[in-house]
Amino acid sequence: MPGLKRFRLWRDPRGRIGLALLALVTALAVLAPLLAAADPNAQRDVVATRFLAPLSTDVHGVVHPLGTDRLGRDVWSRLLFGARVSLTVGLLGMAVSLLIGLLVGSVAAGGPRSVSVLLLGATDFGLGLPRVVLLLLLAALWKPSAALVIVVLGVTGWMPVARLVYAETRAQLALPYVQAATALGMRRAGVLLRHALPNAMGPVLALATLGVGNAITLEAGLSFLGLGVQPPAASWGTMIASGRDTVVNAPWVGLAPGIALVIVVVGCTLVSDAVSER
Amino acid sequence: MARGVLLSFLRGIAVVVGVVTLTFLLLHLAPGDPVQRLLGPAATAEQLVTGRHNLGLDRPLIAQYGEWLARAVQGDFGGSIAQGRPAAELLAEAWPATAVLILLSLALSWVGGLLIGALQANTRRRGLDASASALSVALNAMPSYWLGLALVMVFTYRLRWLPAFGAAGVDADFLTGWSRVADRLRHLALPLLTLTLIGIGGAARFSRAAMRAVAGAPFLAAARARGLPARRVVLRHQLRNALVPIVTLLGLSLPAVFSGAVFVEAIFGWPGVGQVLVQAVQARDYPVVMAAATISALLVVAGNLLAELLVGVVDPRVRHAGA
Repeated sequence: MPGLKRFRLWRDPRGRIGLALLALVTALAVLAPLLAAADPNAQRDVVATRFLAPLSTDVHGVVHPLGTDRLGRDVWSRLLFGARVSLTVGLLGMAVSLLIGLLVGSVAAGGPRSVSVLLLGATDFGLGLPRVVLLLLLAALWKPSAALVIVVLGVTGWMPVARLVYAETRAQLALPYVQAATALGMRRAGVLLRHALPNAMGPVLALATLGVGNAITLEAGLSFLGLGVQPPAASWGTMIASGRDTVVNAPWVGLAPGIALVIVVVGCTLVSDAVSER
Repeated sequence: MARGVLLSFLRGIAVVVGVVTLTFLLLHLAPGDPVQRLLGPAATAEQLVTGRHNLGLDRPLIAQYGEWLARAVQGDFGGSIAQGRPAAELLAEAWPATAVLILLSLALSWVGGLLIGALQANTRRRGLDASASALSVALNAMPSYWLGLALVMVFTYRLRWLPAFGAAGVDADFLTGWSRVADRLRHLALPLLTLTLIGIGGAARFSRAAMRAVAGAPFLAAARARGLPARRVVLRHQLRNALVPIVTLLGLSLPAVFSGAVFVEAIFGWPGVGQVLVQAVQARDYPVVMAAATISALLVVAGNLLAELLVGVVDPRVRHAGA
């Protein structure tokens, strides 16, 4: 089954482009230490090396492909190391959401009616909450860190997953093969885990892919507001925030991480579109 | 219909109460002391105790919650710890700015998105469809805080056309008549453009899908067979039927639009609820955070209810169901 999925994903041009974009960014993040021009947090002689335009060489003979920021740090290197933070936080945040959503959704679909009503009520309630308000509160009130952002993203993002898992699993449970499995003496939990849930996973994965892009944007947003990953560690959000103060004399500082973000989110959207075959 | 609206109304109240309770618990369970922050590091232990007592923070949580709730129902959200003004006053000044921003950008992005989606669903030129799709995916992928920054770069610093901060110029008090209106509009332009561009991306994607979903319907073929002009078929028949899922989504997308507005307000110094919320959260201004969270929840819930009523307006089947 997974082999077929991958094949379909590759046949769709959107899937190919999306996968290529995501593969590119992932490769850059993984290979960051090899590809970086300098230590992302290194500040050498701030006055001589700050605000260098892209493709310029500084007094130490180091080439800066994307220029330097106001502390003379290499933007390209910070972009690469920032990708590690963004991708990890986005993926893990969505993984937490996916896990909670799968649990809530499948229990609501297969469990006793009273439990189901309760879980669906909680899900609907959560869907109505403005996510950013919760994110701001959680991130601002505890000591900001990458781990906190992951948990917060996970805890505030599972509701759409749970809804979809519930709907898809219910639809599967109504199909004849489920009756057949039950008739063969399979227990309900077994039917749910071995049959209904795996068959319901297609649309769920499409949603999760989209959710990764969303989580990355939100992480950067929190960091942008100073509530996420803390400086001097490079993250796309903190980079955009520092670019905000230098829009006039060094626009590249803020532009580069934003374009990187757009590339990742577009990649996620395209892959998600191809998986769900819209 | 009436029953459905009543149910949604009750659910809306539940959401607001839930947001308020959650916010209250989170605020009081989180580490960090607003009194400490207010009085600074030089405060003595005695001053801290007095300060906490004066703000009622030394009483049991449930008593604080009950009292807050009883007052909030009457519109009294307590005084801002950081600014010394009533929190209700701060929010009363802020919410219209947010409502204007969100409503205008929703309206503009859906009109734009619907037009683009309708065009895409009905064009035979695949290149046009594909490039419009690519554009809407890219727009929808842009983080609001970054797109805002990019627009500031172009329109404020390069072209010097539009202001990038606040809701009115420093000389606003001396302006009269049209120049005052023009000043307001110029300040609104960039925040609105940022939210609208992102919104158009999402709206066009969804509209295209919704229009294509009804494209093969027999009633469209019938309308064409009766010789109706193509534009009339698209606008009166295809669009009308595609509107139902679109309006439903409009309501569901409100929390996300509000989220976008929070960041946009932070960037452009737009004096709305998001701005108040971010500042209050950073200053641990408990009463203002509570008030801002309540107003945010109310705005989102009210928007959802409106969308539900709107579904009744666009879809007679919903309007007459069970009536």
